[in-house]
Amino acid sequence: MSFLHRTQNWSAPAIAGLLIAGVWEAALRITNPDFFILPAPSAIVASFFATFADVWEATRNTGYIVISGLIAGVIFGVIAALLVTRFRAANDTITPLAAAINAIPIIALAPIFNAWYGITSARSNQAVVMVLVFFPIFVNTARGLTEVESDQIELMRSYAASEWTITKEVRIPNALPFFFTALKLVSSVAVIAAIVAEYFGGRVDALGPLIIQNASSTRFDDAWAAVVAGSMLGLSLFGLASALEYLAMPWQRDLRGDS
Amino acid sequence: MSSRVEVAGVSKLFNAGRPNEVQALSHITLAIEANEFVSLIGPSGCGKSTLLRCIAALTDATEGSITVAGKSAEQARVDQDYGMAFQKAGLFDWRTVAKNIELPLELMGWKKADRARRATEMLRLVQLDEFGDHRPAELSGGMQQRVAIARALSFEPSLLLMDEPFGALDEMTREHMQAELLRIWRSTDTTVVFVTHSIPEAVFLSTRVIVMSPRPGRIATEIRVDLGDRDDDTRQDPAFFKLVTEVREALRSVEDSAG
Ligand SMILES: Nc1ncnc2c1ncn2[C@@H]1O[C@H](COP(=O)(O)OP(=O)(O)O)[C@@H](O)[C@H]1O
Ligand SMILES: [Mg+2]
Repeated sequence: MSFLHRTQNWSAPAIAGLLIAGVWEAALRITNPDFFILPAPSAIVASFFATFADVWEATRNTGYIVISGLIAGVIFGVIAALLVTRFRAANDTITPLAAAINAIPIIALAPIFNAWYGITSARSNQAVVMVLVFFPIFVNTARGLTEVESDQIELMRSYAASEWTITKEVRIPNALPFFFTALKLVSSVAVIAAIVAEYFGGRVDALGPLIIQNASSTRFDDAWAAVVAGSMLGLSLFGLASALEYLAMPWQRDLRGDS
Repeated sequence: MSSRVEVAGVSKLFNAGRPNEVQALSHITLAIEANEFVSLIGPSGCGKSTLLRCIAALTDATEGSITVAGKSAEQARVDQDYGMAFQKAGLFDWRTVAKNIELPLELMGWKKADRARRATEMLRLVQLDEFGDHRPAELSGGMQQRVAIARALSFEPSLLLMDEPFGALDEMTREHMQAELLRIWRSTDTTVVFVTHSIPEAVFLSTRVIVMSPRPGRIATEIRVDLGDRDDDTRQDPAFFKLVTEVREALRSVEDSAG
């Protein structure tokens, strides 16, 4: 119930989106311009259903790349964060490392990964998504694991708690909000990364190639339909990440007073 | 009768041998008997917290030895012979109030039913019967501090170490909490070592006030407080004022001699 209740927050952007689409549609109908690069929303929706079989297959293939890359990146990111915070000496290196990593345009690695894995392999796209997901998850989780009140750690030590008990009882719960902030961020960025990576290579029956093919043969309504499918994929993953966040942290939910 | 806490010639150097070396404690010798309520008072930075953390074996003394209940401080920590409370309540957001109180019991391997029964008893002791299922963040600062004290007492430690536990509370709550702590201390068999920078608080609570000199922390003088059983009228008692003045003058003279 309360999760649905919270989704009411989404009604404002949804209404805004519909309004924009309405104005856009009306503007095109009234001015009736002689170009079709920017198709009317109605044309995009029509194309979405007309080419649904292709769009659906491409979305499934891209979705597979996104989700598998996302899961791998999250797993490696969390493990790396746990390892780094377990071994104190490595801890000081997180922040400078994170700054350096942030400067790398990971998407620019796509052609290199293509060369490694072969131009038609989806592996290179998964690798781009995984690397892109890894760093925000790693950095945020590591921060959450280390930014614990020192009194709370001392309290646990006063109970003669082991390092692992402290990690389990204090560090991990403390890191959850940090982790989910990163997860929500990467869940939508991962879709963008996968599609852009697909522009450079990978399997041909995915959203990236579909957009390119349609755009280069001036079927812009079909290209836009694929873009819409990509947005919906990103939104679904974001929604899923938000739902997981909600389920994983009941104490935050209680504080919002809507339990 | 053997002392509960025996501090013999304890000195503490932070960052020994480095340019930022700090001598926090210098040759502290102090014996605390069972059922005493001893306050440590002194200018800020004089090493009160450091001394408390040495007794708790959360940090090692550079020199000298500490025994708690006849064992080394480290052994007493491992045996969970003391409970601890800090200025920040340090409750865990992800646990309910009752589960916060149960945490040390969980770590000691108590059975679920026993833990729940004890949490209920402790909540009654700090007069928060109704709040077991609440989240810490739903409680006021004073209530949170009461939960922290209940948590420190939940496993009936014979020694309670408190570092300015009421420092963040407003005056009214503070006086109420002082009365409550005295009630708990009288009704349980506990020895208390209490760090504060409030002179009236030290006098009101203690059987003995230890006045420390500025860095490096030394014991300047100690003042016995023979006020018998205290209640709200004690705060108006001329004997109380006389002792407050005595502690104030002792503090003034240590600060003056430090220049
Ligand atoms: N972990 C630490 N590293 C270096 N210096 C410290 C550390 N903890 C405390 N000190 C120093 O030791 C002195 C005593 O600190 P503390 O015991 O916290 O004083 P108090 O509790 O009386 O205010 C201070 O000068 C403080 O800066
Ligand atoms: Mg202090």
